[in-house]
Amino acid sequence: MIEVDVRGLSCPLPVVKTKEALEKNPDETIVVLVDTAVSRDNVDRLARNKGFSVNAEESDGEFRLTIKKEGG
Amino acid sequence: MKKGNLLIWLAGIVVGVCAVVLVTLGNPPNMGFCIACFERDIAGAIGLHRAGVVQYIRPEIIGIVLGALMAAIATREFRPEGGSSPATRFVLGMFVMIGALVFLGCPLRMVLRFGGGDLNALVALLGFIAGIVVGVLFLKGGFNMGRTQKQRQVDGWVLSAVMVGLLLLLLARPVFNAEAGGPIFFSPEGPGAMYAFWGISLIAGLLVGIFAQRARLCLAGGIRDLILIRDSYLVQGFIAIFLVVLIGTLVTGTFKLGFAEQPIAHTEHLWNFLGMSLVGLGSVLLGGCPLRQLVLAGSGNTDSAMAVLGMIVGAAVSHNFMLAASPKGVLVYGKIAVILGLALACAVGLINREA
Repeated sequence: MIEVDVRGLSCPLPVVKTKEALEKNPDETIVVLVDTAVSRDNVDRLARNKGFSVNAEESDGEFRLTIKKEGG
Repeated sequence: MKKGNLLIWLAGIVVGVCAVVLVTLGNPPNMGFCIACFERDIAGAIGLHRAGVVQYIRPEIIGIVLGALMAAIATREFRPEGGSSPATRFVLGMFVMIGALVFLGCPLRMVLRFGGGDLNALVALLGFIAGIVVGVLFLKGGFNMGRTQKQRQVDGWVLSAVMVGLLLLLLARPVFNAEAGGPIFFSPEGPGAMYAFWGISLIAGLLVGIFAQRARLCLAGGIRDLILIRDSYLVQGFIAIFLVVLIGTLVTGTFKLGFAEQPIAHTEHLWNFLGMSLVGLGSVLLGGCPLRQLVLAGSGNTDSAMAVLGMIVGAAVSHNFMLAASPKGVLVYGKIAVILGLALACAVGLINREA
């Protein structure tokens, strides 16, 4: 599992860093930590557009997005 | 159309319709909204510059910030955060304004002008795209102005409170100095004297603020995402605004195709191009266009509040230093400032890199 912490980064860095991680590790489960709803939505859209499944958990106003290969 | 795209189209349609309606009801031509021009008018209204034809407290700006605040609170997205190079963002905001006033419009007015048939805006759009491409190169090279931190609750409300103060000034119109005028100044003629009834402008601003906050509408982000991650979500808002304004200006009979004799515009192609290049590059570095900065500031982002304040000060500098263009064209001072601004923005892009 690879963790990408994009908390506090302004647009579009959360998406850029998630994209890099997905491209470098296409078979790994990637957990992205985000702290705004905007970044959550953007990272979610990026991953789904690339054919990954996304599971979001919220706690304390922050989000933990688990990105996996569809069906994987 | 994908369901997720409905919101961005709706936001674009709301912006486009409001823009056409505001022009019909008194706003300057092709200027239903212009974040740069309206912040400039506010700068003049509170006496920061002395360009007598562009002074008015624009309720649209107030509405956008407060609309975004309301939407953010209603959806529990209000979040006071900041501390990612605020002073750099202030200065970038200044130069984004300087670039916008050389073209005579922010990215939003560029779309409105284009929709109204002003082909100078097409030249500016090419410049805007060029600026964004350069910004994307910086992003790919590791550009990062640092992480934000959570800020104190009250700090997230400051820009909204300032907007309420401006609204009170607009409504009360106080006079402290009967001879010289002031503390606030309103244009007796020119674009600053052209406006829709304040209540209508405020409601239009609120609507745009609410929809822009929900849809994350950003005119620089649209092109940036298309280039950077091949994502067309945001650019659909851009297209929606354009289509609505095109139809709207055709219906209201204000559509006029061409370069010459366009309202509040000039035909110096190089400077329309470079002015908007500066806006595009600056917007990518700031993480959003001038409209998006207002919305983020309303949502509690204090870094965006700094960018907005920088833009207002930049507007004052633009007029006091004769940088802003007029329909007659751009003076040499404005040209120098755009070049300096591009150099400065590139320096910001190069210096702020991850190790």
